[in-house]
Amino acid sequence: MSELVAPGLPAPQRVGRVLTYRKAAIASLLFPFTGVLALHRSLRASKLAKQGEVEAARIEGEKARDWVWYSVGIGLLVYLIAFFVLLLLANNAGVTRVFMSWKHLGNAKAWSSMLKGFWINVQTFLWAEAFVLVWALVVAVVRMLPGKACGPIRGLATAYVDVFRAFPAILVVYMIGFGLPKANVPLLNDLSEMQYSIIALTLVYGAYVSEVYRAGIQSIHWSQTAAARSLGLSNGQTMRFVVVPQAVRRVIPPLVNDFIGLQKDTAIIGFIGVQDAVARARFYNNSKGTLAGYTIAAILFFVVSVPLTRWFEWMQNRQRSRVEGGRH
Amino acid sequence: MALLELREVTKAFGDNQVLRGIDLDVEIHQVVTLIGASGSGKSTVLRCINALEDIDGGVIRLDGDRVSGRGVDVDALRREVGIVFQSYNLFPHMTVLQNITLAPTRILGVSSDQANGQALALLERIGLADKAREYPDRLSGGQQQRVAIVRALAMQPRLLLLDEITSALDPELVAEVLNIVRDLADQGMTMILATHEMGFAREVSSKVCFLHQGVIHEEGPPEQIFGDPQQERTRAFLQRIVEAGRL
Repeated sequence: MSELVAPGLPAPQRVGRVLTYRKAAIASLLFPFTGVLALHRSLRASKLAKQGEVEAARIEGEKARDWVWYSVGIGLLVYLIAFFVLLLLANNAGVTRVFMSWKHLGNAKAWSSMLKGFWINVQTFLWAEAFVLVWALVVAVVRMLPGKACGPIRGLATAYVDVFRAFPAILVVYMIGFGLPKANVPLLNDLSEMQYSIIALTLVYGAYVSEVYRAGIQSIHWSQTAAARSLGLSNGQTMRFVVVPQAVRRVIPPLVNDFIGLQKDTAIIGFIGVQDAVARARFYNNSKGTLAGYTIAAILFFVVSVPLTRWFEWMQNRQRSRVEGGRH
Repeated sequence: MALLELREVTKAFGDNQVLRGIDLDVEIHQVVTLIGASGSGKSTVLRCINALEDIDGGVIRLDGDRVSGRGVDVDALRREVGIVFQSYNLFPHMTVLQNITLAPTRILGVSSDQANGQALALLERIGLADKAREYPDRLSGGQQQRVAIVRALAMQPRLLLLDEITSALDPELVAEVLNIVRDLADQGMTMILATHEMGFAREVSSKVCFLHQGVIHEEGPPEQIFGDPQQERTRAFLQRIVEAGRL
């Protein structure tokens, strides 16, 4: 067996040296406040190393590295804020006047009008979201049906996904919102603009989200299916009780991602005449000669989507720690 | 008539001819053990019996009914024939209790109270009643495999297939799983085991089959296979097992 073991390598010398992160500490001076602290630690590490205090020097060196990273984070934030302030002040505070005029941002009427519009966005989103969750799962499961006999129906589902992922959402909204009433299709010619919007967004996002589901279903190891089928569960029961519940949990982050996208894309339904937040903002801007209406609409979208995202993440972490024995 | 009959069963994965004509009879209350090197086809035989793999040729009969080939209600077959896998394959998103009661409630239509009662009684017998509400990932490998056995038993199968159920376990956990299998054998459960635990095979088997390159090369009572093998290949295989310190 001796040839399997490498012949006497020279003893490594480098493991014993003290890391002072000098260059990184100097670079972090670009963010002066915390950079100084990093450099201070780094210098102390060198000094201690020279005095032969290797243990203390190493600890000091590691602290220097920590402070380099603090510097990067805090420094970037400071510069970002500075850039933003400069932007607001530029051209004699032109940006501030256009987007953030207090005359408009403090206008209660503007807010209440925009809120009314935003409620339409929220309703559209909630309905479309509910439909997408179900519809996309149906499409994904159909695409995963086994056997030769299911070939045609699988192909149909695949074609739908390909087609509706190819169209820009706004085109679908236009075509359905203007096209269906104009073509006078029975049953579909007499819906409200919001209902057309919901149909259009469901079709577009259903295609995306079905792919997310499908990826999740495929990620569940076949041994789970084997175990379920071996107990006598049918293919459908296996999907329903074993595969899909695990798959959905696994794809929650990309699902949330798509739903934030959907929530924001409700901004385009104004183009077919829905008086949503963005349409009202545009109207407000045009009549008052400002862009502050967009700022109000942006704040409304922001206030809903960010807490929702955080909440989802919190829920998922909680679920994971419950099931996976607290290994995370 | 044998409970289970395999006749001339063949199976290939692509170019790889795994089973080259398996003939096997399993009588009721028998414990049949399949031994042989990795790749000899032990697992494939079990998976074919449970219709997790389609066979290419030959026929499999359960109680005289053909259960291989086209037009067979595989779900009905699997209610009669349970299988336990090497890697446990518990459902990680369900508690131990839910794992066990899923099939009885959804397939047999047992009420969930009744199913829970039966499951708890089974868990009690294997000493895991206190784990009923836990998720599988919090259990040791041995505990998970015992739950997997109980999950298969909850369907009250007439035949139980055990596919190398101790191969993924740490050595000190093997005994707790084998003890359950020994109890089942004592109670008359008909079983087919694929295993590398030769000592255990010798102890519980009614019949031992040595598989080599997709055929049953030698079969007989355990005293014959382990004590006085007739075939050269069987002797060579057991010699290697002895060299590895496993017999």
